[in-house]
Amino acid sequence: MAEPKIKYDRQLRIWGEQGQAALEKASICLLNCGPTGSETLKNLVLGGIGSITVIDGSRVEASDLGNNFMVDDSSIGQSKAKCVCAFLQELNDAVKAKFVEESPDALIETNPSFFSQFTLVIATQLVETSMLKLDRICRRANIMLIFARSYGLTGLVRLSLKEHNVIESKPDHFLDDLRLNHPWPELKRFAETIDLNVTDPVVHKHIPYVVILVKMAEEWASKHDGCLPSTREEKKEFKDLLKARMIAFDEDNYKEAIEAAFKVSTPRGFSSNLRQIIDDSAAEVDSTSSDFWVMVAALKEFIANEGEGEPPLDGSIPDMTSLTEYYVNLQKIYQAKAEADFLAIEQRVRKILKRIGREPDAISKKIIKNFCKNARKLTVCRYRLIEDEFNSPILPELQKYLTDEDYSIAVGFYILLRAADRFATNYNRFPGMFDGEIDEEISRLKTIAVGILSDLGCNGSTLTEDLINEMCRFGAAELHAVAAFIGGIASQEAIKLITKQFVPMSGTFIFNGIDHKSQLLFL
Amino acid sequence: MVDAEADISDRWRDLDKLLSRPGNLVGQTFDPSPDLKNDLRQYVKVLVVGAGGLGCELLKDLALSGFQNLEVIDMDRIEVTNLNRQFLFRLQDVGKPKAEVAAKRVMERISGVNIVPHFGRIQDKDLAFYNEFNIIALGLDSIEARSYINDVACSFLEYDSEDNPCEETIKPMVDGGTEGFKGHARVILPGVTPCFECTIWLFPPQTKFPLCTLAETPRTAAHCIEYAHLIKWDEVHGGNAFDADNPDHMQWIYTEAVKRAELFGIPGVTYTLTQGVVKNIIPAIASTNAIISAACALEALKIATGCSKMLSNYLSYNGVEGLHTKVTEFVRDKDCPVCGPGVLIELDTSITLQKFMELLGEHPKLLLSKSSISYQGENLYMQAPPVLEEMTRSNLTLPLFNLMGKVPKGVVNVSGMARKDDKKISCTRKLRVLFKGIDGVTDMDMASGA
Repeated sequence: MAEPKIKYDRQLRIWGEQGQAALEKASICLLNCGPTGSETLKNLVLGGIGSITVIDGSRVEASDLGNNFMVDDSSIGQSKAKCVCAFLQELNDAVKAKFVEESPDALIETNPSFFSQFTLVIATQLVETSMLKLDRICRRANIMLIFARSYGLTGLVRLSLKEHNVIESKPDHFLDDLRLNHPWPELKRFAETIDLNVTDPVVHKHIPYVVILVKMAEEWASKHDGCLPSTREEKKEFKDLLKARMIAFDEDNYKEAIEAAFKVSTPRGFSSNLRQIIDDSAAEVDSTSSDFWVMVAALKEFIANEGEGEPPLDGSIPDMTSLTEYYVNLQKIYQAKAEADFLAIEQRVRKILKRIGREPDAISKKIIKNFCKNARKLTVCRYRLIEDEFNSPILPELQKYLTDEDYSIAVGFYILLRAADRFATNYNRFPGMFDGEIDEEISRLKTIAVGILSDLGCNGSTLTEDLINEMCRFGAAELHAVAAFIGGIASQEAIKLITKQFVPMSGTFIFNGIDHKSQLLFL
Repeated sequence: MVDAEADISDRWRDLDKLLSRPGNLVGQTFDPSPDLKNDLRQYVKVLVVGAGGLGCELLKDLALSGFQNLEVIDMDRIEVTNLNRQFLFRLQDVGKPKAEVAAKRVMERISGVNIVPHFGRIQDKDLAFYNEFNIIALGLDSIEARSYINDVACSFLEYDSEDNPCEETIKPMVDGGTEGFKGHARVILPGVTPCFECTIWLFPPQTKFPLCTLAETPRTAAHCIEYAHLIKWDEVHGGNAFDADNPDHMQWIYTEAVKRAELFGIPGVTYTLTQGVVKNIIPAIASTNAIISAACALEALKIATGCSKMLSNYLSYNGVEGLHTKVTEFVRDKDCPVCGPGVLIELDTSITLQKFMELLGEHPKLLLSKSSISYQGENLYMQAPPVLEEMTRSNLTLPLFNLMGKVPKGVVNVSGMARKDDKKISCTRKLRVLFKGIDGVTDMDMASGA
């Protein structure tokens, strides 16, 4: 094995070579390289991201030595971007590392087109005014954006992009698609070739549970006017029938059949999540539609026609007690059906492409096949513009958070982070940044926070004195452990966005370093 | 230009805010002052167990959270597959001891911090070594190693006469663990919050394939690989033990697995999968390790200074579908054999030490063999070294009651091998011995007065 393959072995087992290739093609722009930014990039550089560009206009001061691992004593007085970039480069020479000695705020103001060259921008420690501007710039240029901020024992992570589509969402738990509630003719025919009453005890205990359930469901239906067990009593009766078929107590295949018996009665169809996707207006495609939505359009047609209300079969079956021969044959039957479904979808994709004026083979077989295999797990994420969220948050949610004990600290910090930025605009420093005057600053911060709440339509809502006091105690400190936590999450989300695997976070993540009861706020 | 030396005193500017200012959402012991950081730097010693993905992060996080006196223990050497996350190591470090390289790199970067590396097994350090530390931070990937350190930390715990834990004997631990996009961080204060053993059910035993499936009805690629690994290797190589780190051995397993898969028409055997199955490889990435270690380091800072409330007591993180964090307050197992006041054993005064040791082997909660026994710091019987064994051997035929100075009850410490899921693991246990038919109250008073 080549060295990079060995070096990345433990992550290739998660996102595969395709995911790794996407990372190696990606270019990342980091704004501000304090500990939050440095730690975010550290995790991406280790994983072999294509290139990084570090933007920071400040010079290394003594206080950076106490919270940033990517500078050392000899860095004092030098460009922070340059020092951080050099130490990051040490971690992985396959990464192209560049730096720009310029203030991110100034760059946002003077050179908005600068950001168009990147795959993803990670903006750390930005105040609200710069955040809003950068958000608009990236949204217009269709560049993915992650905001990350550490502030004392709190902080936030927020993704911002118009839309993110995931084919390989790779959920931990997903109910397998065996079609036991509606077996197709080939599966039934295979079941018919196997005799449940076989006398050889070894064969008897190695009949796969899929076959047992198909046959027993058919037997049940023939005695119940074609219906499958549906009520609680019927389901229990069905399980008892299965139990009665056992000829020895150690027949694992029957135990598996009893455990999976509910799959016979599961209603046909698919999740409301997938329903929403195929009903989305983006599924009405034209020449500007993305490949993803073209395939969704084909999926929608398939479900309405040859799919008979079901998405394509994914074709994989779980391991189950079985003779090798039975299992291998069963696998072939599921794969054949998946292949037939894929061919039907492929044909529809080609037709749609032609209709919207694109090359009929513009989307490769491999991509369509992968889409079919994951059709039930498709995920679409959309993110509001930060400006829209800040000006008109979803009020019922906000009110719920303000009164819910589990959310009170998180939503308090959400408001106070904004209040601290307004404080900084008014007074040219963050509350509690310098010793002395803290009591006065607490009451000023409170006034601003109450003002924000009332602007948002939450008149009468207040935050606890303890929390406002806490925010002033933080004095905009960037603690390394908090920065490492926030940076860890920002890099994790960056990987999900770039590889287009797994589901990225929605909403705003508010870190609660007091008791770790962090929350996602959907506003 | 500002004088660089004077300026350096500003190094801990951000941390100082947290440690020197009062607040209301803080720990009970919090005493904010500029001295707090100095005390943290001068008096607090932390042991980091493991210098892998979590350990590297922990050392950096602790050093940048104000801790100055750190030690790290790890028995492993650096491998190429570590480099995607263990950021203190470079390609040219491959083959060197992890603990030593990790300590050196952090000390080079952060002036003032002192890290003592220990290249070796955690079982080879004595109790006195572990007792030196104020906090133990665990960055481990095995249940056995966690159990061992948990046993050690809990062995220092003493209870008063009302079965309340004595504060000064509590050895706090922070523990992290990751797998792919998931992980956990927890705080263990023995006697106060559940110890590792109290919640051992959080780690279900690994499911193994039945041998008859491997031999007779293989269905998956993993079955073919395990057949080559667990059955075919011994058939062909007899006495030559399989070594997962030997590439020739691994190649042989792979080739055999491919042959078997072809024979049965089973798809999917690859070299990568073969390694994964045989070595039971857990996928690991930098970002999850960073998140979990950061949470552990922050909690260590809170334990040492009280600068904020504490995680109570288990944080789980899952980034597979969106982002989920959850705090669960697990409860202690009151009868925990490790962190509880001790398993209660009632004995006749005539029971000899030899007989007592046999009872420990049969006791369902203990199943202890090869026991060494001590009472109030005195060795009653030691399995090793031979000199001590010989010195203590004559005690075996004496009644335990006599050996313990005829007290009605007392706590003995036992270290030995415990049976767990067909495996033997070394452990230490505290046992509360109660002698039948002795009037507890008066005798107890006499004992304490003696």
